[in-house]
Amino acid sequence: MIYLMCFSLFSIGIYCILVKRNLIKIIIGLGIAEYAVNLFFILLGYRLRGRAPILAQDQVVENMVDPLPQALILTAIVIGLAVTVLVVAIALRIYEKYGTFDITKVKKLRG
Amino acid sequence: MKHELIPLFVAIPLGSAFLISLLGKRLKGLADTLSNLATFSLLFLSFLSITLVKRLGVVVYKVGGWIPPIGICMVLDSLTSFMLITVNLVAFLVTVYSISYMERYTSKWKFYTLFLLMLAGMDGVIVTGDLFNLFVFLEIASIASYALVAFGVEHEELEASFKYTVMGSVASSFILIGIALLYSYTSSLNMADISRVLTEKGNSRILSFVSGLFIMGFGLKAALVPFHAWLPDAHPSAPAPISAMLSGVLIKALGVYALMRIFFNVLGISSILSYMLMSLGVISMVLGGLLALGQEDIKRLFAYSSISQIGFVVLGIGMGTTLGILAGLFHLFNHATFKSLLFLNSGSIEYATGTRDLRKMGGLTAKMPVTGYSSLIGSMSISGIPPLSGFWSKLLIILAAIEAKHFIFASIAVLVSILTLAYYLKVQRLAFFGELKDSLRGIKEVPLTMKLSMIALSIICIFGGLLLVPGIQKNFLSSATQALMNGNNYAQIIFGSIK
Repeated sequence: MIYLMCFSLFSIGIYCILVKRNLIKIIIGLGIAEYAVNLFFILLGYRLRGRAPILAQDQVVENMVDPLPQALILTAIVIGLAVTVLVVAIALRIYEKYGTFDITKVKKLRG
Repeated sequence: MKHELIPLFVAIPLGSAFLISLLGKRLKGLADTLSNLATFSLLFLSFLSITLVKRLGVVVYKVGGWIPPIGICMVLDSLTSFMLITVNLVAFLVTVYSISYMERYTSKWKFYTLFLLMLAGMDGVIVTGDLFNLFVFLEIASIASYALVAFGVEHEELEASFKYTVMGSVASSFILIGIALLYSYTSSLNMADISRVLTEKGNSRILSFVSGLFIMGFGLKAALVPFHAWLPDAHPSAPAPISAMLSGVLIKALGVYALMRIFFNVLGISSILSYMLMSLGVISMVLGGLLALGQEDIKRLFAYSSISQIGFVVLGIGMGTTLGILAGLFHLFNHATFKSLLFLNSGSIEYATGTRDLRKMGGLTAKMPVTGYSSLIGSMSISGIPPLSGFWSKLLIILAAIEAKHFIFASIAVLVSILTLAYYLKVQRLAFFGELKDSLRGIKEVPLTMKLSMIALSIICIFGGLLLVPGIQKNFLSSATQALMNGNNYAQIIFGSIK
């Protein structure tokens, strides 16, 4: 069920990228899709009523949350941040050059 | 000295990028010297790695001393060193070229920083033995290339870069979903370990879904046809040395290499998958060629031709036979050299005449002999005129297709090579032969460093066929092919060499 919601979030993001004409909305769609993937990856490692995986003395190793996806997603979030910053900067420069955020008016390149 | 070699492939470009970004603005000339030094040492190390692999077999470096299924590892096998040589050779010649070429732009040091970051990402993708690590390096290289495409900050560059960034990020999301699903199925991220678990667990439906995601993601990075829309915009918009890097090696390191490593060594190739790869290759070949024929912009034409040639490479590798993979890899190497040569030529033309429009050129060979003749060599090589290198690799691909009884694909490949010849003749006729236009009377040949790298690349194009001579072939091409043909034995080889 929760995976399905993740998937629909991802679909919303992709829909946003494909259909919207405003550059900023496309960037937001990109962000939504990215976070859907991150959420999905985190959920794969999650266990219901699990606890933090800290290995100390006389601790029983049971019902722990898998820490690896969390570490990976931290990296993925940083990557996502870099992409977002770059793409926003490019969008701003496009606005300076073309005077519009409308993607249909930004077309100097053909086919 | 054997394990410590491997992380250097990432550390050298990353470190130099850091130093250049820190000091490049103040110290003039540091950026040029340091980046050329870095790429040269990388090239040297790549050649060293081939002797190392020959002597010791597969070498594994454990990052941080952790044993691989738990920690990250970096792997050096024959396919890795083959790709490293291809990438670093082009990178070195491109940096030599950009010493003079990049004078046209402001803040050269930013260019070198991004360039070396991209190189670090590419080398990282090639040496890593960990799936998530591969994703991270892939993103480093991609982000640097997004920024480099926009380097000119003019209308076209920005538009192309925006398109490239959005499509590239979507592709990365697909790859990440693929990695997540694979992790949930095998609970491991190490490529060798995944391969081991998959052979134990057997096939399942999730694997075909993961393969589909990877084909979408890496196929977009490799610009195979249904996913190619970004390439004809992005590659011509970048500065010429970057176009050479993007078309020459980036789409191969990020796209084709990752595809073949994952499909052959990790997931294991099936007949449906190989048929899918071949059909994608053939579609790219035909469509790329047809679209190239109609272009008037010289760099755009080259970009479409890249799509077409990548189709040849994927067709060869997708066949999955020894000869097919050998031919595919050989064509990959050749394409890296002659396509970067051609892009550097187009950069020289732009440098001298200030235009990229084929209709405004003419008779350039008289004024620019080095550019003219080296581009003649490049064009003849890519269109498969014997005895230049492109002829041998295309011949091998066609022979491999016949050997594997794919007669339709073989005949399409023959037709597309004729098509390739047609559009390269168009370039030669419009740009280099014929009357010199009045507006171009005053042009001069390009500076020395630019000439040097073009000459070096054309020499490689002429003698590239020598790679098929048995002695060289055994160490270079055949062993790389063998690494792929090993398939799922990859796991045993890696774990065998750890200890």
